[in-house]
Amino acid sequence: MSQNRLESHSGVAIDFTFNGKAYQGIAGDTLASALLANGVNVVGRSFKYARPRGIFGHGAEEPNAIVQLGSGAGTIPNLKATQVELYQGLQASSVNGWPSVNFDVMGLIGAFGRLMPPGFYYKTFMYPKKLWMTYEHFIRKAAGLGATPVEADPDCYDKLNQHCDVLVVGAGPAGLVAAREAARTGARVIIADEQSQFGGTLLASKQQVDGIAAPLWVASLVAELMAYSNIQMLPRSTVFGYYDHNFLTILERRTDHLGLISTRGARQRLQRVRAAQVVLATGAFERPLVFAHNDIPGVMLASSVSTYVNRYGVAPGNKLVVFTTNDNAYQTALDWQRIGREVVAVVDTRSNPCGDTVAAVKAMGIEVIAGHGLIEAQGSKRVKRALVAPINEAGTQVTGAVRRLACDLIACSGGWSPAVHLSSHTGAKPEWDASIVGFRPGDSKQQERSAGASRGTFDLMGCLSEGASAGAQAAMLSGYGDGNLQFPAIAVDEYSEQPQQALFLVPHTKTTSRAPSQFVDFQLDVSASGIELAVREGFESVEHVKRYTALGFGTDQGKLGNINGMAILANALDQSIAETGTTIFRPSYTPTTFGAIAGRDVNNLFDPERYTAVHRWHVEQGAQFEDVGQWKRPWYFPKQGETMQQAVDREGLAVRNSVGILDASTLGKIDIQGPDAAEFITRMYTNSYLKLAPGKCRYGVMLKEDGMIFDDGVCACLGDNHYLMFTTTGGAAGVLAWLELWQQTEWPELQVYFTSVTDHWTTATVTGPNARKVIAKVCSDIDLSSDTFSFMDWRDGTVSGVKARVFRISFTGELSYEVNVPAHYGRHIWEALIAAGEEFNITPYGTETMHILRAEKGFIIVGQDTDGSMTPADMNMDWVVGKNKAFSFIGRRSLQRSDTVRSNRKQLVGLKPLNDKEVLPEGAQVVFDAKQKIPMAMQGHVTSSYYSASLGHSIALAVVKGGHKRLGQVVYCPLADGRSIASEIVSSVFYDPKGERHHV
Amino acid sequence: MLLIYCPHCQENREEEEFSYGGEAHIVRPLAPEALNDKDWGDYLFFRTNSRGIHHEMWYHAVGCRRYFNATRNTVTYEILETYKTGTQPTITGANS
Amino acid sequence: MKKYSAFSLLKNALSYHENWQKVWRSPSPQKDYDVIVVGGGGHGLATAYYLAKVHGITNIAVIEKGYLGGGNTARNTTIIRSNYLWDEAAQLYDLSLKLWEGLSQELNYNVMFSQRGVLNLGHNLQDMRDIERRVNANRLNGIDGEVVSPERIKEIAPLINISRDSRYPILGASWQPRGGTARHDAVAWGYARGADALGVDLIQQTEVTGIRRKEGAVVGVETSNGFIGARKVACVTAGNSGVLAAMAGLRLPVESRPLQALVSEPVKPCLDTVVMSNAVHGYISQSDKGDLVIGAGVDSYNGYGQRGSFNVVEHTIQAICELFPAFSRVRMNRQWGGVVDTCPDACPIISKTSVQGLYFNCGWGTGGFKATPGSGYVFADTVANDRPHPLAAAFTVDRFNTGALIDEHGAAGVAH
Repeated sequence: MSQNRLESHSGVAIDFTFNGKAYQGIAGDTLASALLANGVNVVGRSFKYARPRGIFGHGAEEPNAIVQLGSGAGTIPNLKATQVELYQGLQASSVNGWPSVNFDVMGLIGAFGRLMPPGFYYKTFMYPKKLWMTYEHFIRKAAGLGATPVEADPDCYDKLNQHCDVLVVGAGPAGLVAAREAARTGARVIIADEQSQFGGTLLASKQQVDGIAAPLWVASLVAELMAYSNIQMLPRSTVFGYYDHNFLTILERRTDHLGLISTRGARQRLQRVRAAQVVLATGAFERPLVFAHNDIPGVMLASSVSTYVNRYGVAPGNKLVVFTTNDNAYQTALDWQRIGREVVAVVDTRSNPCGDTVAAVKAMGIEVIAGHGLIEAQGSKRVKRALVAPINEAGTQVTGAVRRLACDLIACSGGWSPAVHLSSHTGAKPEWDASIVGFRPGDSKQQERSAGASRGTFDLMGCLSEGASAGAQAAMLSGYGDGNLQFPAIAVDEYSEQPQQALFLVPHTKTTSRAPSQFVDFQLDVSASGIELAVREGFESVEHVKRYTALGFGTDQGKLGNINGMAILANALDQSIAETGTTIFRPSYTPTTFGAIAGRDVNNLFDPERYTAVHRWHVEQGAQFEDVGQWKRPWYFPKQGETMQQAVDREGLAVRNSVGILDASTLGKIDIQGPDAAEFITRMYTNSYLKLAPGKCRYGVMLKEDGMIFDDGVCACLGDNHYLMFTTTGGAAGVLAWLELWQQTEWPELQVYFTSVTDHWTTATVTGPNARKVIAKVCSDIDLSSDTFSFMDWRDGTVSGVKARVFRISFTGELSYEVNVPAHYGRHIWEALIAAGEEFNITPYGTETMHILRAEKGFIIVGQDTDGSMTPADMNMDWVVGKNKAFSFIGRRSLQRSDTVRSNRKQLVGLKPLNDKEVLPEGAQVVFDAKQKIPMAMQGHVTSSYYSASLGHSIALAVVKGGHKRLGQVVYCPLADGRSIASEIVSSVFYDPKGERHHV
Repeated sequence: MLLIYCPHCQENREEEEFSYGGEAHIVRPLAPEALNDKDWGDYLFFRTNSRGIHHEMWYHAVGCRRYFNATRNTVTYEILETYKTGTQPTITGANS
Repeated sequence: MKKYSAFSLLKNALSYHENWQKVWRSPSPQKDYDVIVVGGGGHGLATAYYLAKVHGITNIAVIEKGYLGGGNTARNTTIIRSNYLWDEAAQLYDLSLKLWEGLSQELNYNVMFSQRGVLNLGHNLQDMRDIERRVNANRLNGIDGEVVSPERIKEIAPLINISRDSRYPILGASWQPRGGTARHDAVAWGYARGADALGVDLIQQTEVTGIRRKEGAVVGVETSNGFIGARKVACVTAGNSGVLAAMAGLRLPVESRPLQALVSEPVKPCLDTVVMSNAVHGYISQSDKGDLVIGAGVDSYNGYGQRGSFNVVEHTIQAICELFPAFSRVRMNRQWGGVVDTCPDACPIISKTSVQGLYFNCGWGTGGFKATPGSGYVFADTVANDRPHPLAAAFTVDRFNTGALIDEHGAAGVAH
């Protein structure tokens, strides 16, 4: 039996290690209770001064006991020992302290703490300037808590979307009865609690409820709730965020209590809940008292001492001093006395405490030192004594002699602060209530209400009745029940309590600036003197002080320190706490695993991958792929031993000399129908479609209303009032939404309908001088002769037994047939075409060769040769802009703005390097004078650049200021390696400038 | 995360199903060429950007693929009404 | 103003820090000023500082409705870089970067400007073309930067995932060594302290409710504490620019959108640079305190609520886990939102207006923090001389009428 474990408490032994040393706990322990049971005093070192720290609390509020769990890929930094459930083989270590937490060399720095007041780094490390990065290196090394893993997370995470009528947050007394009242009405209820067991404070209570011990009453109520089919009970589930329109997020820890890495599916699950009504029964945090050296291990919250004793059977010390401003903490003295350990005294700041619990303590013969403050704790790694002194009524001054009390445990209580975090997430502004010495939740901004301690009601009777009413009311507002309570009132013992004293800083014989540190925010070493210093320096806003001192910025998010900090600030500013206000709490309520927030949408599920129907064939052929939007497109098809350049040279030459085949299925396809389809399309494109006959195709460019090119593609007239619009691969979704936007919001009178058919079709582009011969072998019902089936025509027909649409459009400048078949036949048609083309050495090619071939022809790629600042005229494509269109098509007016008619705009040209084997880097900047000094006057840039095997030299497309009038001029591309490549501005059409080859 | 009532589907649906379409009730000039650069620029780019009541377009992109309008408070994010394109809001800045 | 130094720290420590001077005064407003700067964020305070320091105009008030530096200055992810694509933007941001490089000394306030470098990742071939284009443009503009390989990226940020099997593998990046981060609050406080020392009145908790004009010229502002006269009014109220413009009967090509950010719990140093990815959409650095500081994309809708939608946070964290699979077990400590002015071309407006004596500096979108010194510098010059500073000339509001936009959205412009 461990030294601090009570004999009355037993259970299955669990082995664990802390900082490499083996210990034993028992089932039901948290790491914190197990460490306390083993008498471990120092569990960490503080952030700034490396002071030794022990366990202070017992839950989410814990500021000190921050541990690293496990090692390797599964290690988890920064867990609070109070929230870690013990499991067999658990390994934990302190996050700070070198060489150990018990002897930390950084602790020596703590001795110079006075040189590090808040904001000290703003005032120093500035000179010499060049040394800052060195200073920073050491500052960073000293900071941080635990360490991240260095390997990928071995666990996976799930998400669950849910709707419910009533979400009850917190399964303490108020939450449990709220859930029962709501469930009784038939409403769909979710009740979530961050702890492993439901019951909240009742689990550690010695009170009687309905005539039985509180934990037993909880067990029976939980059993009762489980019988409802319309309630979901979520233990180990933290509601960490409350967002707009009653959307709440719950982190459900499914396996963390079983081991470091899950062996049972998802480690954690993010529940995304849309609740009609919410009951916040999140309880309250006990407030520490701020006195000198209140951070020495052995100083704890009174309720935590009681919890360890009553719930975990652990007595975290021997000689207890209780220090309180209220009646409630007297219970801790009773609990301690009951287990037979020594209560040295109860120190009460009030001059005449006399409530029922006080009387009970006095009756036990325990000394109550009234009208006194515990002004300083002494000891190094464990409390050795408490200094106690009389203080004035206002609690601002020590008024008499100091008395020393030998002790090893100080349980302190400055009252309770409602956990208003979630209500604050909704934008409700917490309101100060002097009667409870705390902030109550502000007026509801959403469909929520607080009940019990989170609303400032601290007595059990009040919690139960408020919880019941809140549950019934929430159910009624979500459409269930009449709001009346279904269950009889619950009987509990009642105590009379005297008012507590509002005391946020315990006076010392020395002034705050000279007294030993009186800590407010333990984790970040923010002391009362630090807050006063911030005020002295002129920081008056609570946000400024918070930021200047770091108050509340720790991983406990100021659950213990904030109220004391605000109050000390208010006092220093000579304001009321209400005037000073509080800071806004933000999600997360407690830290939330990134992996759980990401869920399954990581790795290969990060974004969908889109494949064409022929994808598998490409893979089998060893294609290399390129990501284009979500699509995987074949980039090139290397043969054994080929470099990329060799592959694309071969592919390109095959197209120019015989025939190639491209999978063009990814191009966006929108089926457009309706009597006003032609009119509509004509308004969207720069050119006109009013006279496009069935069987004909036309290339169009689409502008945004600002006149800049947005997408391009071919549009075919399939029949009367029926068109097929091709878009770029990446632009398909955007174009469809764009068409819908204009039709629905601006011209609803136009009867036209759009359907995305991108995935419905496989498009195989057969291109090259032998293309007709290949098609002829698999298609007998289309007259392929050029006279009847000309360039920019399309025909219905049968290709290799499959109904197909064949388009004579060309992106290579060669004779081309784009064969479209329903996607189910995609692979069949592809293989049929490959077989038919075998005798012509038909060559599959990818996007790289496609890019080269189109660049040889000067065809642009939207998004590569344009960038959202290019008009058709800039692209030398005035020919595609209808001059006599009746309707002012989208973007037309913008083409006439003063900046868009400028003559020296960047314009598309060809560049031919003077050394014609040199390939310009894409993205190279173009200058007219290579010898100028930096900054250079840049005139444009290279948008596309390749070695053209067909032409035997390199080619590039570029945009150059006033480029259309600069043909023949030599320009330069200064490169990073110091070279400057000279090129001649040439026409952007390098190959077959008259366009004869695709007309054959 | 917003919960948006689609007036076409007549259901509350999650924000993730929608895309935002910007300020509503901006009518495209019938004769753009008659406008000077200033007025055309105003139409293209200048917005009321109200703090408070705001009429805006939403697109039920992964639902019915219909645009509609919402009157939303841009401070509280409360959606006061949604209504079909071509109809007028019942709640405006003037009567809120 | 008493100078800060290690010596002053020691001296004050000996007197228990009881004798530190106030960082700034808390003056009551005068009746009348030469210039009123509306908005006490970083940009407004820098504007006031440079008006006083460079232009000798010291009869200035900065009027702030909340507390100094409490808007986006307090809410951003503190990334600083100048590797913008277009000449106009690059030159403006690089002026800013140069000012950052001496700012701690200039202000005698350590703004903790950490030149740890910025990586902008490329995940597809077009990203890489855009990166090449931008880095080349930067180089010829005299701005540092290079295109680096995945292997080099891994050296700079060892926990990053450069596997070719990722959904969107990292193909390369631009690397700007002079970029980095700074301590955001300190920037506001440093400028405030500097401006105050030069005689600028910093008026907090005072909201401007109207802009009073007479015969087409500004004469002062109505505030929650009464009218204050001024010959010139300079509005620097990111997030609320449209509201201020409406007070003067103007509209702006600006929409206010939520921009969210989050931090992890503090962890030991594990990321020594700034990593940004436009394609998977997330950016991340580690603060000196140890927090992983993560930025999300702009929410899609207009919003002044200083909060956005959770799905944006989810998507951002997915991106971070994708880039850094080891961070999946780290935990989010806190998330929040700011309100950013977004402009159609992702570039700011630094401009006179049709009202004589009324100036606007707004529209910085997601990129405002890094511009703080430069923005203040050129805006002060614009206000002092009633004409655009040469580096601000391209950023007038007229460009939305002429069409001379500076399109940093263009795929290359990573607008953060």
